Amino acid sequence: MTTQEERVERVRSAAGSRVVRVVAVVAIAGLGLTACGDDDPAADNTTTTTAKATPKYDAALAQQVIEHYADGVYASYTASLDAAKKMQTSIASFVAAPTEDTLAAARAAWIEARTPYGQTEAFRFYGGPIDNEKDGPEGLINGWPLDEQYIDYTVDSPTSGIIADTTNFPEITKEALADANEKGGEANLSTGWHAIEFLLWGQDLDPTGPGARPATDYTSAPNAERRATYLTEVTQLLVDNLTAVQTAWAPDADNYRASFVKQDATSSLSDMVTGIGELSRGELAGERMNVAYEQRDQENEHSCFSDNTTADLLANATSISDVWNGTFTGAAEGPGLAALVAQADDATSTKVTADIAASIAEIAKIPAPFDQNLTADAPDDGPGRTAIRTGIEDLGTQTDAIVAAAKQLGISVEVS
Amino acid sequence: MATVASGLAGCAQDRASNTARVPLADLLAPDLGGDTTRDIVNQNAFGLPAKSLPGSSRSDFEIGDSFFTQNWVIAPASTTNRDGLGPTFNAMACASCHVFDGRAAPPTDQDPETPGLLLRLSVAGTDAHGAPNPHPAYGGQLQDHSIPGVPAEGKVGIEYTEVHGKFDDGTPYTLQKPTYSILDPAFGRPGTDLLIGPRIAPVVIGMGLLEAVPEATIEKAADSKDNDGDGISGRTNTVWDEVAHKKALGRFGWKANVASVRQQTAGAFSGDVGISSPVFPDQDCPTTQTQCSAAPTGGSPEIDQKTFDSVVFYTRVLSVPAARDAGEPKVRRGAEVFRDSGCASCHTPTLTTGTSDVAALSNQTTHPFTDLLLHDMGPGLADGRPDFGASGSEWRTPPLWGIGLVDTINGHTRFLHDGRARNVMEAVLWHDGEGAAAKKKVLALSAADRTALLAYLESR
Repeated sequence: MTTQEERVERVRSAAGSRVVRVVAVVAIAGLGLTACGDDDPAADNTTTTTAKATPKYDAALAQQVIEHYADGVYASYTASLDAAKKMQTSIASFVAAPTEDTLAAARAAWIEARTPYGQTEAFRFYGGPIDNEKDGPEGLINGWPLDEQYIDYTVDSPTSGIIADTTNFPEITKEALADANEKGGEANLSTGWHAIEFLLWGQDLDPTGPGARPATDYTSAPNAERRATYLTEVTQLLVDNLTAVQTAWAPDADNYRASFVKQDATSSLSDMVTGIGELSRGELAGERMNVAYEQRDQENEHSCFSDNTTADLLANATSISDVWNGTFTGAAEGPGLAALVAQADDATSTKVTADIAASIAEIAKIPAPFDQNLTADAPDDGPGRTAIRTGIEDLGTQTDAIVAAAKQLGISVEVS
Repeated sequence: MATVASGLAGCAQDRASNTARVPLADLLAPDLGGDTTRDIVNQNAFGLPAKSLPGSSRSDFEIGDSFFTQNWVIAPASTTNRDGLGPTFNAMACASCHVFDGRAAPPTDQDPETPGLLLRLSVAGTDAHGAPNPHPAYGGQLQDHSIPGVPAEGKVGIEYTEVHGKFDDGTPYTLQKPTYSILDPAFGRPGTDLLIGPRIAPVVIGMGLLEAVPEATIEKAADSKDNDGDGISGRTNTVWDEVAHKKALGRFGWKANVASVRQQTAGAFSGDVGISSPVFPDQDCPTTQTQCSAAPTGGSPEIDQKTFDSVVFYTRVLSVPAARDAGEPKVRRGAEVFRDSGCASCHTPTLTTGTSDVAALSNQTTHPFTDLLLHDMGPGLADGRPDFGASGSEWRTPPLWGIGLVDTINGHTRFLHDGRARNVMEAVLWHDGEGAAAKKKVLALSAADRTALLAYLESR
């Protein structure tokens, strides 16, 4: 039996070095040579001597790139957390004295906080602190779509939701909300950015504007006090979860970051490339843009209550650029993947840099609100849908370019 | 690489002309899914489209992915094409149980709420098409969740008893044998004639490839009367095809009780998530469950034809990750042990696909390690719940591709139809009936060969 430690080690080394498998192909060819003769396994070539293929990158620069990335991830989560705390302050002021003005301030703070979070999403997709299978809080932070009725009333269902449910939720606490998320076996029903968004804006019933929840929902409306408690607790939970992820990347600690910068460089570089590659095509171009584009369902967009989706998309695209160029908000200057690739092949690096800039420029052209491009009569050849479509294509092109560039470093990555 | 593989097969055949030996090349080929194979070992390894899928199919794949992965929400909701959850359900999304398109584990004391193990229910007899007879009050499946205002049907009860055994060299092992029941039944006692079939959510990869294996290939391998006298009598299951409205060869589900990926997907949407589809347009509410029937729906059907087609497409074209470590001596020795113990008699290493409407799936040499046939696995594994032609103790040989990545992707090693096995070896040790001879050989293995066998299986 393989012990747990052995298995973990095996998985880690396998995940760390795609080169191993390239070599395995060679090994099976070698095995073919012996297959006609004896079946004796001892006659077989093994991968152990060849598995440590020399990476095609400068080890010292790679280490700088990895450490700068870790600094950048920490700085980016710090920026996100700081903005979330500012939002928390605004929400506290609103809850203390609910008026249309304090509500508007809270909404503005939510919008302010969304972009720094969107700029952390390239740190997903490799099982790091944000989304590892065991306790990654991504679903609690950014779960979508939102079960509105599970949280509060809707026009069709005036008494629905946890806020009205004093029987099952006599007290609304962040613990109870986190528990409620587990009820359906999935971790993203009733918490995170979009839950706060729904509590600030309400349903988006206006075909041309965002949701228009009145401030009186927090004063004279039924369950006003419980609604305020929900908003306060769910905001605290978001801050808690962001803090946990930030802490995992903090310097000078015995944490995820420490092992990330210490492990085999190819493994960390693979994770970095997987993160931007998966965000670029599968998540951003695919899930967030193409599915909404093709479905033409007006509310099939991520920030449907606030109509902030175009800003979300731009933040995600920028997140890719941050990792590639090494330009992280709040971090000192340092080399990104671009520098490492440039050392192997300047032209390849320049092309990816240009591709990423092009997709950002195209996404910036998408007119807000995003849902106006999803209506049944929005013309495919109009500026909005053209920009979305071109953006999707550009992101696909840049994904292929990123994967090809990684290959130049001897890093073989598969993304969707 | 194809050239190398075929070269290997050729010389192995020359050597093994008078034995039933499977070529080692077939057992060690890395491209388990043919040209669709992806060389990937991380958490996304089950979630990527077939390597050979053209870019023009990407959009369909992405839409399918989105509706497989994202939660369905209670109707009505602002996200109108994503509402209609329940009224009763097991999970809010396909991906709740098939996490990262992977495999579920049964609930434990540490993780009592995890979804992914469900109970199929029936009473004696069959329906008009030969399918199991649904329970009058609880239907064909226990839905243990519900939307507010509608009662859930009950909870899954599991109790384990220990089964002790020894390898021939004296090394002891312990298996856990589960007993299932319905706890807190909401609609009265289900009665003594209730039949329960526990089912765990399996890995989703390679489904379209299995679907593209010609019926003749599967039927040719069947040996229902064990005419060759090897103690193994693979049988086909003939089932009702809800899409084509005719009898068909079953090849999906733990008892090969479903003919197509389309029907499997529609069945899961209906039974597991409570989403009506073009194949199953009605809500899954037994007539006595009046609150279920009265609950608002998210449209009729709740997932429209085009979106449903995309999810079916997604499910068909998920790629199979490459096998690993074929050059490791231990793995290679394990392949020999696998073959010589007789595992490959049912876990057929190679199946070649025929023509598929998805070009990337056509004419692929694949290595799923299944014959897609039913085998009697003995009383220990039996659920006693017949399904079309499958008896209570017959199970379809499950594919082994991806088995070594379940731990990486899903963080557990729970195997078999209900996840009772806590690791691969326990799964092997549960084999009985037609698998008894192979198990006997495994019990006789040296410790080194047992390790090699596991190393081999974990490389798949």
